[in-house]
Amino acid sequence: MTPWAVSITAAVASFVLLLVVFELIRSRRLRERYALLWLLTGGVLFALSLWRGGLNTIAGWFGVTTYPPAILGAVGALFILVVLLHYSTVISRLSDQNTILAQRLGLLEQELREGR
Amino acid sequence: MAEVTAAPARAPEHDVLARLADLKRLAIVPAFNEEESVGRVIDEIRALDPGFDVVVVDDGSADRTAGVAGGRGAYVIRLPFNLGIGGAVQTGYRFAFERGYDIAVQVDGDGQHDPAQLPLILGPVLGDDADLVVGSRFAGEGAYRSTVARRIGIRIFAGVVSAVVRQRVTDTTSGFRAVNRKGIALFAADYPHDYPEVEATVMCVKHRLRLQEVPVAMRERSGGRSSITALRSIYYMTKVLLAIFVGMFRRYAVPFEEEHT
Repeated sequence: MTPWAVSITAAVASFVLLLVVFELIRSRRLRERYALLWLLTGGVLFALSLWRGGLNTIAGWFGVTTYPPAILGAVGALFILVVLLHYSTVISRLSDQNTILAQRLGLLEQELREGR
Repeated sequence: MAEVTAAPARAPEHDVLARLADLKRLAIVPAFNEEESVGRVIDEIRALDPGFDVVVVDDGSADRTAGVAGGRGAYVIRLPFNLGIGGAVQTGYRFAFERGYDIAVQVDGDGQHDPAQLPLILGPVLGDDADLVVGSRFAGEGAYRSTVARRIGIRIFAGVVSAVVRQRVTDTTSGFRAVNRKGIALFAADYPHDYPEVEATVMCVKHRLRLQEVPVAMRERSGGRSSITALRSIYYMTKVLLAIFVGMFRRYAVPFEEEHT
């Protein structure tokens, strides 16, 4: 079984994550669209750290018998991986759009100079 | 707090059009690959009232949307890439704000909104009974057919939004809208990003703008496809509900005054 200290620490940490994300959305520093994955991460970690029996069962599925909280770390790592991958696609899109904007601006300036 | 005006109480159409005459008025038409329908939409707006300026915001179409719109004498703003409906519509409101329009209406480029019904949504704005008027498919007139899942989603939004704005709202996702200068100023300054209609409605009320719904009939879209597919609708629901929830904890500038950019 997971030590209580680990469960409580993990629960507090994931709850703080949820609060921080909430405040970032509220103050408009984070768009809802990009917050959803973080909220899911925080929510799942929070649930798993409080639901100790469930964590044990899940650990059992993966043959982790000695130390169930390792699953918390694994789930956290998995979510971070997904968030990072998502960001990579976002950055790719932004850089494509940035190229288009720069080209449009260049063409516009050229047209303006020609008109002078 | 009666929000849905009964049909017989409405001012006759010619009355509305007459009162429009000395106002600077703009129709904002967001269009994404709507070459088949956008021309007709522009023509119908002009047929109703030739004094309406039309701005088509081409949201990165790959077809001839911009060409068709320009050919019909509309202002055309071509976005360099697809911003989504929120970014496209806000472009229209910025245009309206900067050019000093008194009244703006939103009419989808896909033809599902019937410009002949513009007087219905313009009435309360012209009568200064509302700052934002939304044409509702469910407040009475006309039969609206849709999938079950979609109707459930619409029902949930209606319930949530009605509770948040403390006023009965039946159609939160309708993009058939009219606003006065106050609404133009607000939307030019701040407009939600993806799937904006629900949030825009809530935002308006939070800023103490007066919202009114009027019943309208909508047509089957004559071109293009709905931007909402099955998988996206889950994201859509979650995102919008989250935005409304978080929005309840925001403070808003009240009352909203114009002339700031």
